Amino acid sequence: MSAPAVAVRDLRVRLAGVPILTGVDLSVAAGEWVTVIGPNGAGKSTLLRAVGGLLPTEGAVSLFGTPIQQLRRRDRARVVATVAQSPVVPAGMSVLDYVLLGRTPYIAPLGRESTADLAAAHDVLDRLDLTGFHTRELATLSGGERQRVFLARAFAQGATLLLLDEPTSALDIGHQQDVLELVDQLRRAHGLTVVATMHDLSVAGEYADRMVLLADGHVAAVGTPREVLTTELLARHYRATVKVIDGEHGPLVVPVRPVSAPDGVLGRC
Amino acid sequence: MRQVVTQRPSGRPEGRPAVARPAGLRPGWLVAGLVAVLAALVAGVSLGPVSLPPGSVAVELLNLLPGVGLDSGLTEREIAIITELRLPRAVLGLLVGGLLALAGGAYQGVFRNPLADPYLLGVAAGAGFAVTVVITIGGAGGANTGLPVTVPLAAFVGAIGAVTLTYLLGSAGGRSRSPATLILAGVAVSAFLSAGQTYLLQRNADSIQQVYAWLLGRLATAGWHDVWLVLPYFLLTAVVVLLHRRELDVLSVGDDEATSLGLHPQRSRYLLIAAASLGTAAAVSASGLIGFVGIIVPHAVRLLAGSSYRVILPLSMLFGGAFLALTDVVARTAAAPEEIPIGVVTALLGGPFFVLVLRSARRVLG
Repeated sequence: MSAPAVAVRDLRVRLAGVPILTGVDLSVAAGEWVTVIGPNGAGKSTLLRAVGGLLPTEGAVSLFGTPIQQLRRRDRARVVATVAQSPVVPAGMSVLDYVLLGRTPYIAPLGRESTADLAAAHDVLDRLDLTGFHTRELATLSGGERQRVFLARAFAQGATLLLLDEPTSALDIGHQQDVLELVDQLRRAHGLTVVATMHDLSVAGEYADRMVLLADGHVAAVGTPREVLTTELLARHYRATVKVIDGEHGPLVVPVRPVSAPDGVLGRC
Repeated sequence: MRQVVTQRPSGRPEGRPAVARPAGLRPGWLVAGLVAVLAALVAGVSLGPVSLPPGSVAVELLNLLPGVGLDSGLTEREIAIITELRLPRAVLGLLVGGLLALAGGAYQGVFRNPLADPYLLGVAAGAGFAVTVVITIGGAGGANTGLPVTVPLAAFVGAIGAVTLTYLLGSAGGRSRSPATLILAGVAVSAFLSAGQTYLLQRNADSIQQVYAWLLGRLATAGWHDVWLVLPYFLLTAVVVLLHRRELDVLSVGDDEATSLGLHPQRSRYLLIAAASLGTAAAVSASGLIGFVGIIVPHAVRLLAGSSYRVILPLSMLFGGAFLALTDVVARTAAAPEEIPIGVVTALLGGPFFVLVLRSARRVLG
């Protein structure tokens, strides 16, 4: 049996002395799409950053069977690509140049892009329907176009594990679908593993093979979308009133107005 | 109540092939930079109290190459003026201008701050303080009187000392240190040393003119000795900074993303800061405090030629050198036989020049 793409054991993270993750266990099989959900402050983004090796952690994180601390940075960057929630948009940088940044793990230190790197970037841009955007400045693109470019840079890394932090948070529903369909098609075509965080529970349930519900820095529930997206679990951990209805690809979560506001609701605002 | 719930669609549009080139130094810009350097060199050697024909000057410059022996038509005295007086001064202008502009461009990339200049981490204040100490304690009559160190050496040591102090202060927070804490440490160190300098000047009013003459910058005493002193630092800084030009592009997406792309942002940052600071200290020790070049030239290049550091850094070095060498021509000819401090001229010319660049590059700014 092959090693899981991600294996996390007793992961603990403190930021500025504050415990953010307190003993998280997680296993993601190669080729799987796992979406991490949870209320604000649950530690979703921190979990992704820890898996990506961007934070000092306690506990064990392994990528495809190799402990993350044994991977050199360049090697790690060939295995895992991260798209942050709000990536920095460098002033004046063209789409092609931005996507070529994704080839950094393959370029010798202090070196420059080879023709193979350029071909790889062009290939990714073509696959993501960004053919006409090569020379466009990143800052001039719409939110949906920009998100595609962020993904293109991640795909250009050639990594088999993709970490997406709120990849659709700034998009309208049409662009949300475009981006997630694109990720799913590329995942299926290239055998990628996807770990994403999302706030839109319906969208999350539509695309994920499994879901992880984080609450207060630990795993509160893990399973298929139908197992995790239940009115009881969501009420308990989000303190939200919802209806869960069956959709074609997974459960759809519909917020409904509570009959009366639960105690302490004002205190959460 | 109606709810909109997103469901998965099927299919997406197909892509199309295309070709484009990545950012890089285009041959046309490289040629323009080299032409600017040569033009500044010829102008710097031709123009002065004794006017020399640019064509003859160009021939005499060619004669410096091994195996070349052309007749320039100049007298021995005129050739001596070229090789012993004007040429080292013009070359020093090229080196100092190139260093300041290169260091400024590197600082702007390292700190992701368009307002960064080579003096950001206290180089100017450190050099200014040390020079003030040497001049005031050594006496207004000269830099060497009574003290074992010269003004250039004091400036160099003061500049390096100030940057080291800034680094130590900015690193005091351990893991929390960041580009912002380094900048703040630089501000604190600069303020502290400037206060010390002001106090010394206030206590030694007879030294003010001499100290200010240095603070405003000069290439007046330039000889080959100065060139040989600065050249190793120029080469070291240029090699380190130019080799990191792609890494500066990667750093522009932020430390987290640069790390996820396989870089060591902290390591690259400190190496670049060390190289740029060393180069700036060498430039300051040779020419005093010359402002404007380190911030205006990289921005002008960015507006005209592109925002990639693969373009900004080499062109800043070339055009920065040319700009300062030409500025020096103005400084020593505009009010001849008196010389205007070169720092004053860079500010007077640099401001309107940058406004012109801004207007012509408005399309870039959108």
